[in-house]
Amino acid sequence: MPVSLLWAVDVYGRVFSLSTGGQQWEHCCDAVLEFKRLTAVQQCCWGIACDHHIYLNVHASDVPIRYQEEAYENQRWNPVDNFSDRLLPSDRWQWSDITGLEHKPLDGFLLPSTNWEWEGDWYIDENFGGEPTEKGGWTYAIDFPATYTIDKKWNSCVRRRRWIRYRRYKATDTWAKIPSEGQSGPLPDPFNDISCGGWEISEEPRGRLSLWAVSLQGKVWFRGGIHHHTPEGMSWEEVSLPGEVVQISCGPGDLVWAVLWEGQLIVREGITRDCPQGSSWVVVDSPNPEVGTIHVAVGVSVVWAVTKDNKVWFRRGINSHNPCGSGWIGMVGEMVMISVGLNDQVWAISREDRAVYFRQGVTSTELSGKAWKAVSVPRDGDIRPNSSTSTSSLHSAGCFFSGEVRAQSVMSEDSDTEADPQRAVHEMLSDRETKRDGAAATSIPEEEVTPGDAEAKSPPPALVLSPSQSGGPGDPQWSTVDLEEAQTHLAVGPAAGRGDSSDTCSLSSVVTCMLGLEGLYGPDDHPLWAWVSGGGCAVDCHTQLNWFNSVTALTSSIQAMSLSVSPAQTAAWRKQIFEQLNERSKREIDNFKHYEQAIEQSVWVKKGTMQWWRDWKPHKWVDVRFALEQFSGPEGHKDGIVFLYYNFNEEKKYLHAFINEVTILVPVLNDSKHTFAIYTAERTKQRWPIKLAAATEMEMHDWLALLSVSCCDSRGIQGPPSKQAIWSITCKGDIFVSEPWPSLEACPYPTPCDQMFWRQVGGHLRLVECNSVGVVWGLGYDHTAWVYTGGYGGGFFQGLASSTDNIFTQTDVKSVYIYENQRWNPVTGYTSRGLPTDRYMWSDATGLHECTKASTKPPSPHWTWVTEWAVDYGVSGGTDREGWQYAADFPTSYHGYKTLKDFVRRRRWARKCKLTTTGPWQEVPPIPLSDVTILPCGDQSVVEQIPLWAISNKGDVLCRLGVTLLTPAGTSWLHVGTDQPFKSISIGGASQVWAIARDGSAFYRGSVSTQNPAGDCWYHIPSPARQKLKQVSVGRTSVYTVDENGTEMFPRYYSFARLSVYVFNVALSVQVWIIADKVQGSHSLSCGTVCHRLGVQPMEPKGQAWDYGIGGGWDHITVRGNNIEAPRVRMPSLTDALRPPSTLAARPLPAGNTENGNAVQC
Amino acid sequence: MADDKDVLRDVWFGRIPTCFTLYQDEVTEREAEPFYLLLPRVSYLTLVTDKVKKHFLKVMKAEDVEEIWFEYEGTPLKWHYPIGLLFDLHASNTSLPWSITVHFKNFPERDLLHCPCNSVIEAHFMSSIKEADALKHKSQVINDMQKKDHKQLWMGLQNDKFDQFWAINRKLMEYPTEEGGFRYIPFRIYLTMSDRPFIQKLFRPISPDGHTHTLGDLLKEVYPVAIASDDEAKRYQVVIHGIEPLLETPLQWLSEHLSHPDNFLHISVIPAPSD
Repeated sequence: MPVSLLWAVDVYGRVFSLSTGGQQWEHCCDAVLEFKRLTAVQQCCWGIACDHHIYLNVHASDVPIRYQEEAYENQRWNPVDNFSDRLLPSDRWQWSDITGLEHKPLDGFLLPSTNWEWEGDWYIDENFGGEPTEKGGWTYAIDFPATYTIDKKWNSCVRRRRWIRYRRYKATDTWAKIPSEGQSGPLPDPFNDISCGGWEISEEPRGRLSLWAVSLQGKVWFRGGIHHHTPEGMSWEEVSLPGEVVQISCGPGDLVWAVLWEGQLIVREGITRDCPQGSSWVVVDSPNPEVGTIHVAVGVSVVWAVTKDNKVWFRRGINSHNPCGSGWIGMVGEMVMISVGLNDQVWAISREDRAVYFRQGVTSTELSGKAWKAVSVPRDGDIRPNSSTSTSSLHSAGCFFSGEVRAQSVMSEDSDTEADPQRAVHEMLSDRETKRDGAAATSIPEEEVTPGDAEAKSPPPALVLSPSQSGGPGDPQWSTVDLEEAQTHLAVGPAAGRGDSSDTCSLSSVVTCMLGLEGLYGPDDHPLWAWVSGGGCAVDCHTQLNWFNSVTALTSSIQAMSLSVSPAQTAAWRKQIFEQLNERSKREIDNFKHYEQAIEQSVWVKKGTMQWWRDWKPHKWVDVRFALEQFSGPEGHKDGIVFLYYNFNEEKKYLHAFINEVTILVPVLNDSKHTFAIYTAERTKQRWPIKLAAATEMEMHDWLALLSVSCCDSRGIQGPPSKQAIWSITCKGDIFVSEPWPSLEACPYPTPCDQMFWRQVGGHLRLVECNSVGVVWGLGYDHTAWVYTGGYGGGFFQGLASSTDNIFTQTDVKSVYIYENQRWNPVTGYTSRGLPTDRYMWSDATGLHECTKASTKPPSPHWTWVTEWAVDYGVSGGTDREGWQYAADFPTSYHGYKTLKDFVRRRRWARKCKLTTTGPWQEVPPIPLSDVTILPCGDQSVVEQIPLWAISNKGDVLCRLGVTLLTPAGTSWLHVGTDQPFKSISIGGASQVWAIARDGSAFYRGSVSTQNPAGDCWYHIPSPARQKLKQVSVGRTSVYTVDENGTEMFPRYYSFARLSVYVFNVALSVQVWIIADKVQGSHSLSCGTVCHRLGVQPMEPKGQAWDYGIGGGWDHITVRGNNIEAPRVRMPSLTDALRPPSTLAARPLPAGNTENGNAVQC
Repeated sequence: MADDKDVLRDVWFGRIPTCFTLYQDEVTEREAEPFYLLLPRVSYLTLVTDKVKKHFLKVMKAEDVEEIWFEYEGTPLKWHYPIGLLFDLHASNTSLPWSITVHFKNFPERDLLHCPCNSVIEAHFMSSIKEADALKHKSQVINDMQKKDHKQLWMGLQNDKFDQFWAINRKLMEYPTEEGGFRYIPFRIYLTMSDRPFIQKLFRPISPDGHTHTLGDLLKEVYPVAIASDDEAKRYQVVIHGIEPLLETPLQWLSEHLSHPDNFLHISVIPAPSD
């Protein structure tokens, strides 16, 4: 899980953050001001500072926030000036937006705020719908508005071109002030509380947030327009209220609760995708009618509240249909405030010791958790103010923050002195005096008090302590503010509040008044917290946190290193042992292999019963007895046979397979049976494996693990896969690896690839890429990036079949989709009553299978649901506001709006499920990726950087820095700017980077080198035959792409009806492997089959024929690690074929793939 | 990158090429050919020499045969020591194969234990494992095991089944992460030059102040003579499984990876070859 932050403010208004991977509170040093409130989400943190302004701290990311501004330049042809900016009076503006309706002069574009900067100047976009235009980027049409084309025709009377310019949000990792302006000028009064959330309401636009704020006068404001590209949001809108609000809380979803001055709560209703600010309030009574509520905190489906007596309450029965819940449950503990974070985890600040507490044991089934646990970690550069200083600073801080409100709270909170606020203050002051004396007597560390100062002068309050000043003990650069000043403030407070009743209260007042009263500075001097926000802190009840007992910082530094090779692995003593054991076996065994073994190996049998999907028709599951006999082969290799005993026409028969002929064991989990398939080369040809089902999952795993170990033993394979290994992924996300043989590329008689032996590696991935030095990256279904740790096993491989120290937990999340189908009829409109011939009203995408919300299960028992069913608006083709797509009839193409001809409609429902497994993979946070490529390089030193490029799931192109053999995970991303989102990338020989944009156009990155790892600019390469491309893979001298129809584009347009292609080639061996859509075997047909192109040579990049390997549900393969040279005759013209990269770069816009054609022809 | 698992395999599959010759004074009917065998380092002499016995019995009369025993250059070989230990202790730095003399008479009662059958070896082996677990886990792990698990450990050793043995033995090698190691390291240090059979003491894998104890720390504590000071020539070799681990090797790691199947770390301290 990536590292995330818990934010907190201490009683001095200093902002601290605590990382889930760290063990100390880090002081947020650039906060020049003191803060009183914070509300954090994963990507940013909002806060109210002591100047009552709102500040925003956007966390820096490797991918910058950049926004593309665009304007169109329009021209019309006339016989005199040719094309010129002299337009007709009826025409559009010379500079306009895309519709032509709005005047958009280039100098009219202004930065939205000082937090933005321009990335560069305006330039012309020369890409038009995936195709490069002529110089100048003009597109032509007969008239405005019309269809534009690249080609200038005889009747082209107008033309236009697109200018673009990027602005970039620069105020990351710093507190940027948000101007407090409403729709009509500045807001009347300053803010008092703030709460951020609502990101689960809608995924569009990306990074959307709701921000709610409460002003000092109790008004509520909603800030709209906050999303990824406008992190600051647009403007404040006032929300009408039934009363005056003191505090508000907004959950990740549609839950918003607020506390009224009178102590009741109000709940916002009507919050939807289209109306994130909701429509109305509903009042909910305080848990205790006697004691009003002072604080509320909401999550996805939980509400916690604190009443004025500091009791904690949990609201029962909250769900998306009932945001008000049904009743209160009193909880243990006395808290001053509560924050609900991600996964409905709960954080709180206790009344007694002002420590931050974490609610343990909060799970989706037990939302109220089990117990409070104090977070006890030190702060960096812990400041230990002496007693008197802290007291006075508290007082002054209190005045500073809460103004008049403060005094009221003094009365309400301090029960002893409630009747007489004047006395209360007096007591507080005298209390302070005595404490100071007491502290002086017990000799607080001296360096903190200038001798003489303590008695002679009043201690300086930390009223405007800036972070630099409060840097640490021994540096007492106190600002000198007289005690009188603090006292004045204190005096003002009670006076202002005298007339008011004692039960009004705001949280900030609770906070401040508490400060003066508590025993603040015990001998252990723990930090006193005023506010905590866990909204950005991604933990759940399983997360291992090191926050609860102070462990030395050493541990954390070791953990931080664990992504790279652990130091122990490289220790000299370990190396020495490995070397000496090798020498020992050379000395004592290798020369004496002809000696007899002292212990003879015997046959070992494991038996069991299983079900078998029988070979003949009608196919069905039949009970069989299954046995594995293991014995030692002649060479000392273990070998075995699997037997399958069955009855056929009352006759006992058996089927067998030699373990050394088994090529792969594939788990075929489905929701009803624990199934796995055994393939041999012969069975691969038939596309008909031995399919077996075990009674329980456990039994299946036992068998799979045992059979797998036997297969590896019989082939003498053990330990981690080699660096040359070929990796592949099935459509279930299972990972397989195969050791390539040189003879696979042998010419002219290669080994058929159906004989390759594949073994499983733990983990769950959607895509894997490797290179020849052993750097392997994978991407999960949830786009998480994972790096291979060098281990093996994991998953169901236990004990010896699995390495120990480099196996980690891996999770993946994917969505299951079902469709709701409806037909229109004249009487009732759209209903779920279809025609008798129609598809199921709840179905899968094809409509052939019924899939209801209740009956649809996760893909296999390994997956568990983590969300409820929700309408999916992100369907290609678009949807209406309720998620419907319309069509004339089933099944046709759907569109997102209703026309008169549409008689049917459907909408997609999605539900997320999660899988947890183990494997030799470690997460590379934080950016989710959709594609990755690693340079296939030769032998390298361990420190040399390995080029690795990726595409984020938003389409950003990224270049990984710091990837070496020792640190395969690299260190950071370098963002490579593009004018549009990308979808596929590949880096080939001599650091050629090719990429495919989402519009299907191909790009080449110029000047990529070791010195300049990110290159300098993109060159648009025209696609072959104007095809939309889908995927690209680059070898040394040739580039292979796949178009959207699944046709491969070989360098010279030789096309085959296939799905995807993955390529690798080195100096001598050129290898082309693909996953084919459909392959017909002698018994059956398999979809998703590994295929190997035979006869591919530098001189003949298109190869000769396909060789079909393992198949049936394969999704991905990478052969880029395999640089084993094939036994082959050296080609004399080889050196010519290797074009130096400089030639490529020197011709920025070569004529597409002919360049590759040339390359291989010369 | 080699994995620590490979060490376990290498240790288990360590073999010593051995040449068995019949003692010259034994009465035979015809000349006895020497018998060549690869002996597992981790096993016991009497457990793996059925073939040797059978081979020599072919040339002997039944009445001339008493209990078999083995001797190397005049030293009777203790069957209850693992074979690898015997070799390291007595015959390292000699040329291979290891030449062992087979006796069928004059059993050296003072030097050797009788070994009438394999169950004696099993009893010895299991008592070693139990002693080791008493040191490592206060016997908790071994006591929690079932009888069949104990049997599987023994059968694994007897039949040279690495997987079978380690499927159970890995439980014996576990320890609570927060403690960083076993309670005490089960080790024995053997000296060729001493009358004492071996040295065995209580020694923890982690020092009280949290440092990892190494092989060097152990020797310093238990047998400091074995460590050569910087200025003098190396007098002793510290050998485990035929190799000399560096003195900075963590003891806990050694115990997990280089212990014999009886769960003890058998360390031989032998004089360094003089050349």
